[in-house]
Amino acid sequence: MKVWPIFKKEMRLYFTSPVAYVIGGIFLLLAGYFFYNIFAFFTMASMQSAMNPGMGRELNVTDSVLRPLLSNVSVILLLLMPMVTMRLFAEERRSGTIELLLTYPVRDGAVLVGKYLAAFALYVIMLLFTLLYPAMLFYFARLEWGPVATGYLGLLLLGATFLAVGIFASSLTENQIIASIVSFGILLMFWVVGWSADYVGGAWGKVLSDLSIIEHFDSFGKGVLDTKDVVYYLNFIVLALFLTLRSLEARRWKG
Amino acid sequence: MAVRYNAEVEQPPMIEVRNLTKHYGPVTAIRDVSFSVAPGEIVGFLGPNGAGKSTTMRILSCFMPASGGSAKVAGYDVFADSMEVRRRIGYLPENVPLYHEMRVASYLDFVAEVKGVARSRRKARVAEVMDRCLITDVQHRLIGKLSKGYRQRVGLAQAIVSDPAVLILDEPTIGLDPRQITEIRSLIKSLAGDHTVILSTHILPEVSMVCDGVIIINKGSIVAQGSIDTLVEQFFPGARVQVELEAPPAAVRAGLGGIPGVLSVSDLTVGDGTGTYLVESARDLDVRGEIFQLASQQKWELRELRRVGMTLEEVFIRVVAGEEASVEAPAA
Repeated sequence: MKVWPIFKKEMRLYFTSPVAYVIGGIFLLLAGYFFYNIFAFFTMASMQSAMNPGMGRELNVTDSVLRPLLSNVSVILLLLMPMVTMRLFAEERRSGTIELLLTYPVRDGAVLVGKYLAAFALYVIMLLFTLLYPAMLFYFARLEWGPVATGYLGLLLLGATFLAVGIFASSLTENQIIASIVSFGILLMFWVVGWSADYVGGAWGKVLSDLSIIEHFDSFGKGVLDTKDVVYYLNFIVLALFLTLRSLEARRWKG
Repeated sequence: MAVRYNAEVEQPPMIEVRNLTKHYGPVTAIRDVSFSVAPGEIVGFLGPNGAGKSTTMRILSCFMPASGGSAKVAGYDVFADSMEVRRRIGYLPENVPLYHEMRVASYLDFVAEVKGVARSRRKARVAEVMDRCLITDVQHRLIGKLSKGYRQRVGLAQAIVSDPAVLILDEPTIGLDPRQITEIRSLIKSLAGDHTVILSTHILPEVSMVCDGVIIINKGSIVAQGSIDTLVEQFFPGARVQVELEAPPAAVRAGLGGIPGVLSVSDLTVGDGTGTYLVESARDLDVRGEIFQLASQQKWELRELRRVGMTLEEVFIRVVAGEEASVEAPAA
């Protein structure tokens, strides 16, 4: 498998163009703002509860800071991940470089995995910078490390799922804007599909809420690691990558 | 390895295409295309725009599968043994698609790695190829900032970086200035022997200059193929002489037409009392002596008398035009 050279090439393209810096910068700016806001609110609430002992029982760092932060970050990811993946195949198709790439002695699968891992690596780098926030919490407050670890595992899985859907959308078109809108649309549909579970009710309601991409994320922030959720994201990733491979193949036949 | 005592022993063809057909939906891009290319040969793929040159090359390079027929490179089928074929080809697509945000040297390093050039040899090989394609001085520049000529050479460099047996070059000289065209052509010529090259073009002199053989394709079908000399012979059975005389045109036409062996006399530029004529005769006949004697007998002033060679250009026009006439004929 020639995944490594493809991976290196994609990383080089991310970092020689402004893409990685702009996406990473905006992500950290927003995440930092959310962290500051949530933490400032928590500080204020702590001070108030110092005067009102009844309130104090409700307060803990995991529930009041970590979980809201994770859910805010997941919304930023919904908006930004399609931008990370949109160029991966669409740009190659538009510039024609795909004609060379797909005639090199590399299997389509290796090309796909190399590109996917590059997008994932960029995301991991972005996420590493945000570790600063829990580090500050550890320093200033008593934070349990368990929910932080599972929370970050959840973010990794959620982001990886978004990237897999994004790379699939990118393989469908040569227009990057269309690729990003399509992946955003698919992700948002899977995000909100759980909302109608309450009206539908019964078995179908259960199906809808189980399909929801964000309902599976919630437990990670509580420090709960449920195989069901992990399997859901891994399944989603494998399915999206499989469809991408089929889409690449179909494109070959169409010429 | 078998000992070859006779150089004339037939070698298996490096490229073998049989009844290749490709449909894009209802449109047929190529129909029943068959040809073969011997190892070390440079073959020109000639045809007007939209004739099916690029389609054929895309199938040969394993970019897309054919709708029917088969294509083999170095004995491997492009569909069934795609990976084996891809290891043995260097491909330059029509518009030279390159990563504009990459630097020349690191791009070529990437291609060399993907194409399986061993890590220990990679650096030297990339340097060698850059040297050969005259791009060493731009190796640290971004490809997107390079001129068209340089980009074309980078494209050629990526095709030859793994030293493949077969090169598939789609319009390698398009959009270059005359000096760059000459450079690229001599580069391609220097690749012959070690490499089998198939290049497409619609510049006719290019084929006569660079190629050993030519395949003329029009509207998706091959209309003529062979060495350039064979084609000229096939499509122009006669020999031609151009003659300029100061004499009454009518008398000249009659006189020249009366020479034994002359098939036709046509006017090139004919004015009052002077004119240039084209005399066509049987191939193995030289009518220049008779024309000279006729002129001296008639006291015509002979200004020019020379044989005219047939060019590939004329073959091409005749073949393509003939094809169109025969296609339109049944409808008429």
